[in-house]
Amino acid sequence: MHSNPKPRIGLFVTCLVDMFRPSVGFCAVKLLEDAGCEVVVPVQSCCGQPAYNSGDRAHARDIALTHIKAFEGCDYIVAPSGSCAGMMVKHYPELFADDPDILAQARSFASKCHELVSFLSDVLNVTHIAQSCHHSVTYHDSCSGLRELGISDQPRRLLKSMEGLTLIEMKENDVCCGFGGTFAVKYSDISDAIVSQKCRNIEDTSADLLVAGDLGCLLNMAGKLSRQGKKTDVRHIVEVLAGDLTTPAIGAPHKEGNAQ
Amino acid sequence: MSAHSTMHESTSPRFKQNAREALDNKQLQSALGHVRHRFIDKRAQAAAQLPEFDDLRDSAKAIKDHVLAHLDLYLAHYEQQVHAAGGHVHFARTAQEASAIIVDLCQKAGATTVTKGKSMVSEEIGLNAALLAAGIKPVETDLGEYIIQIRGETPSHIIAPAVHLTKAQIEADFRRTHTHLDAKRNLDAPESLLAEARTLLRDQFLRADVGITGANLLVAETGSSIIVTNEGNGDLTQILPKTHIVIASIEKIVPTLEDAAQILRVLARSATGQDMTVYSTLSTGPRRAGDPDGPENYHVVLVDNGRSSMIGSEFEDMLRCIRCGACMNHCPVYHAVGGHAYGWVYPGPMGSVLTPSLIGVDKAGHLPNASTFCGRCESVCPVRIPLPKLMRHWREREFERHLSPATFRWGLSFWAAFAKRPRLYRFVTSFTARALGMMGRKVGSFRWLPLASGWTATRNLAAPQGDTFQSQWHRQRTAKDQRKN
Repeated sequence: MHSNPKPRIGLFVTCLVDMFRPSVGFCAVKLLEDAGCEVVVPVQSCCGQPAYNSGDRAHARDIALTHIKAFEGCDYIVAPSGSCAGMMVKHYPELFADDPDILAQARSFASKCHELVSFLSDVLNVTHIAQSCHHSVTYHDSCSGLRELGISDQPRRLLKSMEGLTLIEMKENDVCCGFGGTFAVKYSDISDAIVSQKCRNIEDTSADLLVAGDLGCLLNMAGKLSRQGKKTDVRHIVEVLAGDLTTPAIGAPHKEGNAQ
Repeated sequence: MSAHSTMHESTSPRFKQNAREALDNKQLQSALGHVRHRFIDKRAQAAAQLPEFDDLRDSAKAIKDHVLAHLDLYLAHYEQQVHAAGGHVHFARTAQEASAIIVDLCQKAGATTVTKGKSMVSEEIGLNAALLAAGIKPVETDLGEYIIQIRGETPSHIIAPAVHLTKAQIEADFRRTHTHLDAKRNLDAPESLLAEARTLLRDQFLRADVGITGANLLVAETGSSIIVTNEGNGDLTQILPKTHIVIASIEKIVPTLEDAAQILRVLARSATGQDMTVYSTLSTGPRRAGDPDGPENYHVVLVDNGRSSMIGSEFEDMLRCIRCGACMNHCPVYHAVGGHAYGWVYPGPMGSVLTPSLIGVDKAGHLPNASTFCGRCESVCPVRIPLPKLMRHWREREFERHLSPATFRWGLSFWAAFAKRPRLYRFVTSFTARALGMMGRKVGSFRWLPLASGWTATRNLAAPQGDTFQSQWHRQRTAKDQRKN
């Protein structure tokens, strides 16, 4: 890739990272720039999954189209989320299946979309992370990333390449955490039962740090762990890979002086 | 719809309450623990031992797709072959018609007792109630079905009907029901429960006038029906009485015996992790001259009950289902609440797609919504049914018909109005994030937040760090550009 100009990456930061944890966005930029990319952030909102999964195709299409246009001119569109990347890769073309003109655009857009960790690993051929992380870490496979995009080995390989990091697999690491977007609110009793089981599996590992590639799942698990008074820190995998372990973990109090 | 009047009564509209009660039921929760591991591990092992397993899934899917594209043809040929073998085929458009045909056949046979093999479609049409109303006693002979029959319950799983029960509950039911046996008998070992049921059922097999079974497959080439079982009860049900009635839904047809064999290779592996079930039994017509055993009369009742209207619709893929139960075995929602919470005959992901087709999405609207779309069901389905996609189609139908709650629809439209306008979105979210960030940064997460009680009732909500990423990025870039100029 040396002879080519830097690939131009449009960062799709995801609405949850944008709103709740911008530090993940800055870590994503750092990882991509360190790997030799130029990063741009077109003005954006949400991938449209809440509308799409609520049966509101019309709004989902409008939102999808907004983003297909917003990211014109990017070589790749990369998101720190398997769920949002999965939406763009798998479901944007489905949304326009009956509209051949836009379908071609949606397919071309989809072919350029990637989840960040698998992009680093599979496209940029990053094999080693120079940062260290002196923690025992357990990794939760978020469902869309795992089953729609086949993300499983890539995050584990990169985590294991970090000095000081011990990876401990939890039982049922490929089982849903119970988030499911609006499901967590609409069926909160069931969601609670599922995340409680997940927290038992996390606790059984005795890992001091839980990581995953999707902030939705992380907010869910962190929210339950902190309600239970558990001390496990919870972070997006991108923070760990970028070496940002000083920003307070998800749901942890900000000490003064930590202001962004 | 009057056609549904004899069908199983549904509690799907109260799914949320059902789920709450299920979560609070300690015995149920203890019983469900088995589903979470036993079925999953066994299926995984069976799949791993067969290198061509995924290719077989493709082939099973292709067989079913082919059948659905030519269903009229294969049904006609099947009927012809059943007649040629000396049997009779009855087509039932509705649940009511199917029950009426079977009751009529039983009455013509002068039946007072009928034995039954496990059949989900007989649950669907409410056959036992129809038989009882006609003064005919149905006796379930599958152990799980027998247990729930004496409890007056419905199956909670399509292949393991009593999976929601603990051994202690079953023992108590046996002691309560089998009062003619020694009250002090030892029933500690699970095998002793099995032996007791067997002994009692043996008597019923010999007494039955009609045996009713379902069918896992119907073979157009030969006019055969196939059942797969592990207890052998199905064989006794169909061989001993004078009349054998097969009840099956129309999509159970496959073209040839070869196709049937292909599907059997994925069925048991997906269901129980067995290579094959203990018994795979083919029935072709009644007893022929010189046959040592078998029924004198052989009838097949083919049930449509809404299925033909699924052909050509976005739900057609669902008709590939071979009822292995792998989707529910791998479903976190099923693991949490069990099968009864779904409120009708078919639970789990396959039920969440099929039930709205059969009883109406107005009644079963919760089911396709009560999924996290984790996709584990689709990843194990032996005929590759895109279950999450089909559930999403139901959500679309509900949305189109304004069946989803008005407040939810309003909220969604409000949100979408911003999401479609990223600049406005960036402005509004920046304001919100900063406000929430200021409120929450000291504590880190909220234990309660207005309008978020669905979340905060059971878990904390992490506070935003402060301003949004986009707003910060925009500010940084603007400053950079200004420095450059």
